[in-house]
Amino acid sequence: MADTETSPPTNVLIVGVGGQGVIMVSKVLAALCQLHGLQVKQSEVHGMAKRGGSVFSHVRFGAQVWSPIIPHGETDILVALEWSEGLRWLDAMRRDSGTFIADTQQIVPPIAFRDRRPGARSGYAPQSPAAVLEMVGTGFALDATRVAAGLGNTRIANTVLLGALSTALPFPVEGWISVLRDFVPPHTVAVNLKAFQAGRDWVESGSRPAEEAARPAGARVAVAARGHRLEITEAWCKGCDICVKMCPERCLRLDERGLAELANPAACTGCRVCEWLCPDFAVRVLDGLGQPVA
Amino acid sequence: MTVISKSKNRAAAIGEAAAAGARPLTGNEAIARGAWEAGVRVASGYPGTPSTEILETLARYPVDDLQAQWSTNEKVALDVAIGASFAGVRAMASMKHVGLNVAADALMSLTYIGVNGGLVIVVCDDPGIHSSQNEQDTRLFCRLAMVPCLEPSDAQEALEFTRAAFALSEQFDTPVVIRSTTRLSHTRSVVALGSRVVPPSRGFREDTKKNVMIPAHARARHPRLIEREQNLAAFFEQNPLNRWEKGDAAIGVITAGTPYAYVKEILPGASVLKLALSYPLPMELIRDFALSVGRVFVVEELEPAIETEIRAAGIAAAGKAYFPRTGEFSPEVVRAAFERAGVLEPQPKPAPWPVQSTPRPPVLCPGCPHTMSYMAIRALNARVAGDIGCYTLATIEPLRSIDTCVSMGSSIANAVGMSKAGTEDKPIIATIGDSTFLHAGIPPLIDAVYNNANITVIILDNHITAMTGGQDHAGTGRTLRGEGTTRIDFEQMVRACGVKWVRRVDSYDVGQMHQSFREAVAFKGVSVVISDRPCVLDPVRIRGPVFAVALDACTACQSCMNLGCPALGWDDTTVEGRHKVKINAELCIGCTLCAQSCPSDCIRPVSPAA
Repeated sequence: MADTETSPPTNVLIVGVGGQGVIMVSKVLAALCQLHGLQVKQSEVHGMAKRGGSVFSHVRFGAQVWSPIIPHGETDILVALEWSEGLRWLDAMRRDSGTFIADTQQIVPPIAFRDRRPGARSGYAPQSPAAVLEMVGTGFALDATRVAAGLGNTRIANTVLLGALSTALPFPVEGWISVLRDFVPPHTVAVNLKAFQAGRDWVESGSRPAEEAARPAGARVAVAARGHRLEITEAWCKGCDICVKMCPERCLRLDERGLAELANPAACTGCRVCEWLCPDFAVRVLDGLGQPVA
Repeated sequence: MTVISKSKNRAAAIGEAAAAGARPLTGNEAIARGAWEAGVRVASGYPGTPSTEILETLARYPVDDLQAQWSTNEKVALDVAIGASFAGVRAMASMKHVGLNVAADALMSLTYIGVNGGLVIVVCDDPGIHSSQNEQDTRLFCRLAMVPCLEPSDAQEALEFTRAAFALSEQFDTPVVIRSTTRLSHTRSVVALGSRVVPPSRGFREDTKKNVMIPAHARARHPRLIEREQNLAAFFEQNPLNRWEKGDAAIGVITAGTPYAYVKEILPGASVLKLALSYPLPMELIRDFALSVGRVFVVEELEPAIETEIRAAGIAAAGKAYFPRTGEFSPEVVRAAFERAGVLEPQPKPAPWPVQSTPRPPVLCPGCPHTMSYMAIRALNARVAGDIGCYTLATIEPLRSIDTCVSMGSSIANAVGMSKAGTEDKPIIATIGDSTFLHAGIPPLIDAVYNNANITVIILDNHITAMTGGQDHAGTGRTLRGEGTTRIDFEQMVRACGVKWVRRVDSYDVGQMHQSFREAVAFKGVSVVISDRPCVLDPVRIRGPVFAVALDACTACQSCMNLGCPALGWDDTTVEGRHKVKINAELCIGCTLCAQSCPSDCIRPVSPAA
């Protein structure tokens, strides 16, 4: 216990748009921390929440927590239920050790469509998830809303992200599940538990120990716009250019070292032509959950 | 990140917490709990962020324990609480900071009268203006009214201070203010609970010299106030609610309320004098503390309420020389101030990430009935005095049709003034919501009729207090506890005020809305349109058949986008470089407004079979 009493609290910032379930995620986390005998403070601003505005909730836990809000730049884990909201709060995260978990779902506000001139572009955050992830270091961008839709209810995307968050915190999974049961409506318990597991699987499948042993370190994973991921094992790529030439969307290229890379993730459709044609098995296309596409 | 070691006592800790009755509560829930434990019998208030949940929580306690009610406005709420106190029971009124302005008239007499049953006023300030029209500091009001002001710093103190406030009120014959802030009201932390103790009713105490504020009586009461102030200050010289935390003697911090948590976060080793009461101050305790340390800092949000008093008493202290007088505090604000003061070394600040987010101002909901009211107003090219509610969002793009917004109920009298000034050729319109109209809109409507102003008043009746999350009021026919009651009829009410031209219109009937607004504006004198449709969120979430755009017929004129409906967005297909429109079926509630506005008739209901 000695180390926890002197160490600073853990800071989790959960952000999204009104109505997405930011408060539910933070309440589950806070209740779990309390169950573990930790001091926890959860702070939110509502009032504008129902008006489609930006919503955020600070959860801080540890042996001793003073400030109810996270000091700027000290967020350990940033959970974004909406893509652009994640970008808005990126500076709140620790530079060196922060983890970014974001739904790639876009909720485009009316103001982004204000320009009506011919050829106008939407004012929505222009950068691709892949470009952002490359910057932030430890990051997960999953299409949680699509995963939730696959389970038959887009409203449980927040639970998918809760599952992803659970892998980044040292609480046993049973605790998460029992708290989650208490916080969701009784008739949705089963589907919420599935969503929670899907979020966990998505993160964990990306770093399965067996896979790591089989594939050398240095696999470069790029997230494509439609939620799937392209994994290129650099140690196996010899730069033959086949995938680059054969890609129907022309979204691959050879980098300055002559190795294949996904240059235009937004255009990648996940058709798997590159995977099929690579003579060295260096390219894999994984689905939104990090599983090889069946 | 903290590594959480496996505590061998985990199960025991959970058991202890349960036995002691500990529960995660927001500051607002803790205040309600504290009032319940203190045996409050009557509680009243008017909704206002961040105070709303206090009464909502109280209403969940058994009806046999206490009467909790929404009142028409904050002055009425305080007067109800005063009445209950006269009658000998403990009473409470809750409101946001600007609500105290409305209740101020009652407060300024109440302070002379004092209490019979303990009376506590909970006032929630909004530093940083998250959801208000200003960030006034209630502590200055307490100084003006000479009413003690307790400032809890977390949810546990919110409960304990509220419980203590009732006893304090009775002991010193004074109303007591609990001052919360947005951060305290909306932060959840674990709170140890107590049990409810109801003091016996004192009954009505017949004492006209105390209860009736005529000049002769009031003159006799005023010296008692000054005596009370001194007694309270003396009482708090030796009171465990104030906390002297001995630490590094070089730096001493005097603070109260939420800023205390930031001080502990940023300067964990400093000596701290944490005051429970920011008015009146225990000056001897403060003097002793100041003498025991090197540099003295006063850390308080907003106005230098504590600092000014301390310095006037001849104690050297620094506060607003380093700390801002505006906005909400945070760990980094407090850190920056201590850096400016030379107490902490400046920390390097990393450059922001080169990412571009999307602005996301709050918007009216899909299907919001206010949308069409402002579309029709915009077509009139009028001068529009707005008021306080969700509909104030019509100030910004794309509705952009409100010219002024002052305070609750201001719109109607503002319109009267504009009309009397005689400088405007445009028609003059006041827009006001149902709850706001009942709160403070009736006297100015009578004024408009009485003085024969040429204005149009549009009452936006969405059958709820929407902005604060859907609270009932006298126009909904339901009480705070959800019981049925008499429903105020706006049309009858307006006619009774003497208005000759009154019409009720369905807010979703685009043609009728335009026509009625035109006729109302043409009428010389006071005309009133009641734009009538329930809020789409409260009390029930409304969902009708979803609409979709027939893309082959859409000409990409984007007329429908003028509504600013969050369910409307761009499709990938274009006409001459402009995007056709797509309706988000998840968000659409089937209000039909876009379909009625479409010039090419291409927005149609999705048939259930399709």
